[in-house]
Amino acid sequence: MSKDKEPLPGRRSFLRNTAAFAGGGAIAAAGASGAAPLEIAPSSKEPGRPIPESMYGSPSKFEAHVARRRTDVLKNRQNWSDWSMTPLQYQPGIITPNGLVFERHHAGIPDIDPATHRLVIHGMVKQPLTFSMEDLVRYPSVSRFHFHECSGNGLTDWLKPAATTVQQTHGLLSGVLWTGVLASTLMEEAGLDPGASWVLFEGADAAAHARSIPLEKVMDDAIIAYAMNGERLRAENGYPVRLVLPGWEGNTSIKWLRRIKVGDQPWHLRSETARYTDPMPEGKWRQFSMVMETKSVITSPSGGQSLKRPGFYEVTGLAWSGSGKIRAVDVSFDGGKNWREAVVEGPVMDKSLTRFKIGWNWDGKPAVLMSRAVDSNGYVQPTVADIQKSRAIVGFVQHHNGIQPWAINEKGEVRNAIGQA
Amino acid sequence: MRSAKREAAVACALSAALLLAWGCAGTGETAGAGGGMAKSASGIPLGKTGPHEVQPIADRPRFGQPISEADVAAWNIDVRTPDGRGLPAGRGSVEQGKKVYEAKCLACHGADAKGGPVFGTMVGGVGSFTTNARVLTPGSMYPYAPVLFDYVRRAMPMDRPQSLTNEEVYAVTAYLLNLNGLVPPNAVLDAASLVAVQMPNRNGFMVDNRPDTNAQRCMKDCK
Repeated sequence: MSKDKEPLPGRRSFLRNTAAFAGGGAIAAAGASGAAPLEIAPSSKEPGRPIPESMYGSPSKFEAHVARRRTDVLKNRQNWSDWSMTPLQYQPGIITPNGLVFERHHAGIPDIDPATHRLVIHGMVKQPLTFSMEDLVRYPSVSRFHFHECSGNGLTDWLKPAATTVQQTHGLLSGVLWTGVLASTLMEEAGLDPGASWVLFEGADAAAHARSIPLEKVMDDAIIAYAMNGERLRAENGYPVRLVLPGWEGNTSIKWLRRIKVGDQPWHLRSETARYTDPMPEGKWRQFSMVMETKSVITSPSGGQSLKRPGFYEVTGLAWSGSGKIRAVDVSFDGGKNWREAVVEGPVMDKSLTRFKIGWNWDGKPAVLMSRAVDSNGYVQPTVADIQKSRAIVGFVQHHNGIQPWAINEKGEVRNAIGQA
Repeated sequence: MRSAKREAAVACALSAALLLAWGCAGTGETAGAGGGMAKSASGIPLGKTGPHEVQPIADRPRFGQPISEADVAAWNIDVRTPDGRGLPAGRGSVEQGKKVYEAKCLACHGADAKGGPVFGTMVGGVGSFTTNARVLTPGSMYPYAPVLFDYVRRAMPMDRPQSLTNEEVYAVTAYLLNLNGLVPPNAVLDAASLVAVQMPNRNGFMVDNRPDTNAQRCMKDCK
């Protein structure tokens, strides 16, 4: 994590650069000196690496610290049913590179041969059908930008800080351009029986992970996806084919999809009773809470980073909503007392990551930064205290869309301040 | 833009003709409670529904290969847990289940299902949900006993899933229910008797009632 401590660019270098111009004077010897004299770099004095005949490119070796990391705040006892998190602190824009898209598996990552894989639709349909991958890619397709978020994103940090970085607090979140065939296209081909109202989706992984989904969602915008961000799915993201339910908790978007069964009521499986349910007051559990509610987080500056000196900073982060578009994002620098509206950078799309930014001159005093998203319905992102009024925050709690505070001390160190601001 | 809209309209008209008007009614984002607050017929919040900025082309090729339900049998492993639909023939006893458990489950789950190197306890927890330490086990958490059969059959044992016979799944289900005090030591479970087991958390669930917060967009002197 030492790389997280790298300083953000600050004001001194800005002053230095402008001084060179402001000083004005003779051209040859103009300006005050401060920066070291420039020398010709080795890269300028010899050819670089030749172009290989064929290769899949990788990031610069100097970016090796930008990696998915397995959860280490809540450590699992095995690494098949486990998760790894996206380094949001290093992600500009709204698209997560495929090698950094977060993972959550229930029984490891299968390697499935697309030549032999089959998808079947059966149950309450007029004609059960199977599809090969060759069949699926021939259908009319859609490509849509959507955020993907695990229902458990943030579960270690409700009432007091446990995580350090935004990768640990919010890294079960990624932005992806999904490509595939609409589920409705395949459902209509099979033909739905009267009374059909729920649909089971099941994976070909060793957990045969499955969820019951209301038919309305399936027919509205569900994608049977075979590609992400301009290439076929990665094995860990469901290769060769997966379900994508835009805006819904990640585990409902069944990976390694093999089976779709149409029925007239939900199945109430373990994954929708004992797991992926929310503790509520009086010992109750809330079920089928699948929409990911409107949320935002500041990714820079964020936990583990440090501001080396007072001056200008671009404060930036991500906002998203499973209920529509981001309408606005407000940022507070004083722990939620006063707020300023940030710039929301386009494109602003339904159920997609949306980038916001706002300029800030840090005066070197302690500050608490927070962001608050507003969606196209007028829903305002709540604080944890707001959420606590209606839910029980006890144990392994899902659906944390509370406001995230980052506290900055006089030294410029940025710390997770959940429950303390 | 114009042709995209026309294609969308055609797609909707076709959908409406082929089945019900799924996804076509009320596609306006501003259509009252549509958009963000839409719910399914069964009352499940859907989030925002149509319209969608990217539409597929309206052609409807058919590439699916017909298959019989009989030929799906090897994959057709789901159990509709409230009424047990999908439970196979066969039966298993607590006594047989203890043997299966000790051979194939104990290494991860520990003796008497009290927890092992890979997974925590699978017994107890009934009555814990009103405390600050909710203990989730099949006995305390599952609303319907067939949930246990379905999960064991599809996902266990972790190192060799979908390898147990239906009889072994019935047996290990009976054993775990017995350790949770929900069936007697001499129980033999089949489809009918498994569905009949009364689970303590049968009425412990409520359907999604969100949004359940009402935050305000205060800008000055907020607290």
